[in-house]
Amino acid sequence: MNQRPTSLRPTGALLNSAMLNSAMLAGALLGGVLVSAPVSAQEDVRFGIDVPYEPFVVRGADGELSGFEIDLGNELCQRAELECSWVEQGWDGIIPGLLARKYDAILSSMAITPERERQVLFSLPYYNTPSVWITARDRDIDISDRESLDGLTVGVQRGTIRDVYVTEKYSDVLDIQRYGSSQDVVNDLQAGRLDLTFEDFPLAVEGIDFRDDDSPYKQLGDTIKTPTSIFGEGAAIAFRQRDEDLAEQFNAAICEVYADGTFDALMEEYFDYDLSVRPSDADCAEYR
Amino acid sequence: MESLNLWWTDLLSGNAIFTANTLEFYWNGLTTTVQLVFLSLVIGLLLAVPLAIGRGSKRRWIKLPIYAYTYVFRGTPLLIQLYLVYYGVVFFEGIQESMFWPIFRDAFYPALMAFTLNTAAYTTEIFHGAIKNTAKGEIEAARAYGMSKRLMLRRIVLPSAFRRALPAYGNEVIFMLHASAVASVVTIMDLTGAAYYVYARFYAPFQAFIFVALVYLCLTFTIMFAFRQLERRLLAHLRPRES
Repeated sequence: MNQRPTSLRPTGALLNSAMLNSAMLAGALLGGVLVSAPVSAQEDVRFGIDVPYEPFVVRGADGELSGFEIDLGNELCQRAELECSWVEQGWDGIIPGLLARKYDAILSSMAITPERERQVLFSLPYYNTPSVWITARDRDIDISDRESLDGLTVGVQRGTIRDVYVTEKYSDVLDIQRYGSSQDVVNDLQAGRLDLTFEDFPLAVEGIDFRDDDSPYKQLGDTIKTPTSIFGEGAAIAFRQRDEDLAEQFNAAICEVYADGTFDALMEEYFDYDLSVRPSDADCAEYR
Repeated sequence: MESLNLWWTDLLSGNAIFTANTLEFYWNGLTTTVQLVFLSLVIGLLLAVPLAIGRGSKRRWIKLPIYAYTYVFRGTPLLIQLYLVYYGVVFFEGIQESMFWPIFRDAFYPALMAFTLNTAAYTTEIFHGAIKNTAKGEIEAARAYGMSKRLMLRRIVLPSAFRRALPAYGNEVIFMLHASAVASVVTIMDLTGAAYYVYARFYAPFQAFIFVALVYLCLTFTIMFAFRQLERRLLAHLRPRES
């Protein structure tokens, strides 16, 4: 029903093994000639990206790509002292395209998953979309007080990370109703069948009126992005496994944009909520 | 044999899906499905008998509304009816404040209502057909005995109509069981809902659904067996004589 339930793309085309094998064979043959040619400053880094994905990337009337990820990618390249260009690629073929050297990296809201990690090398994550508790404005619910939640009904979309989260953390107190689509959850919230919903933030912004002071619904507590064992680490740049040096350069750049506030400024330009995943000091220590 | 045995133990020990926890989910799903189907069939049956009699009435103001009802409920998918009763009802102004809200708030009762209305419509038509097919001779004989219409209906027409309707009604019961799988779309954790849950939790569609298919098969077999026994008893007069 909903092709992209979160702004992070949770599932991707899996390479079929024949394709993978031939790609590896081609890589092995080429490897003999171009013994891991380092990407130097003079060379372009080409980013593969799936267009459009508002507000992360859109093609404007003038034909130019713009958006949060375009700006972020260009900023990162500047920090890494690289020349960058963008290559459009449909989502289904985006990993095969990387392995076939159509471009050198994927910067396209790709969530880090164990399946993908077998095929590509991920940078540090650069963003993750939060989830949020929502209830009717006139309800007085304290989400941090577990006891007070006893007997309340929460609606979630079945099989999503939000489903996993409430099932693991709240199944002893909350009555969990699982729906096939996000729209059905909103329907029953409006119908008064649900006391609460736990929803992907960008989806909630689209479907539920909860952000103004006089809107019928309201946010409860802070937005939630952890634990990463459930919500994932977030979206990262994907490189070919052997391009470790390139990945390091971009990791350093990601640490830099987070440290000096450039990321936050850029984020505020496009979003009015927090989707940052600040890398830990330990992650950035080696790039200082 | 050795290898088969090995394969079997391997399969069981490597099984992460059918733990006590998920089996409990399936068990709760089974009880919900049986409750839902059984209740809707019983209420539907009770509704269908007077409706079937009325459906054959000569008075248009009795006959036509019942015909319209069966036409609408047999002419639209059960899923649509369920959506209308569950999601549609909340758009009635003030329903949340009314005394009916505790009933409609829960998913079970709207589903029960949709299923009951649906099966009552089908059962009405099945019984109506059977009543219409009562042998003329039986009715003439009843009249000759001086039975009133009411008595004739009770002693002659309905008992023989029920017998004739039995095989078709058995099918309706099985159809109802299978149709109840749509209950999971309105958050009811029936058998299919449990299968969806296991599927979403373990990303194992084949195991989740093959298991639930087997449970449905067992239920269907039980229903078929019960109706076979009932037919043997009630339709004994139609069987060729055993010498």
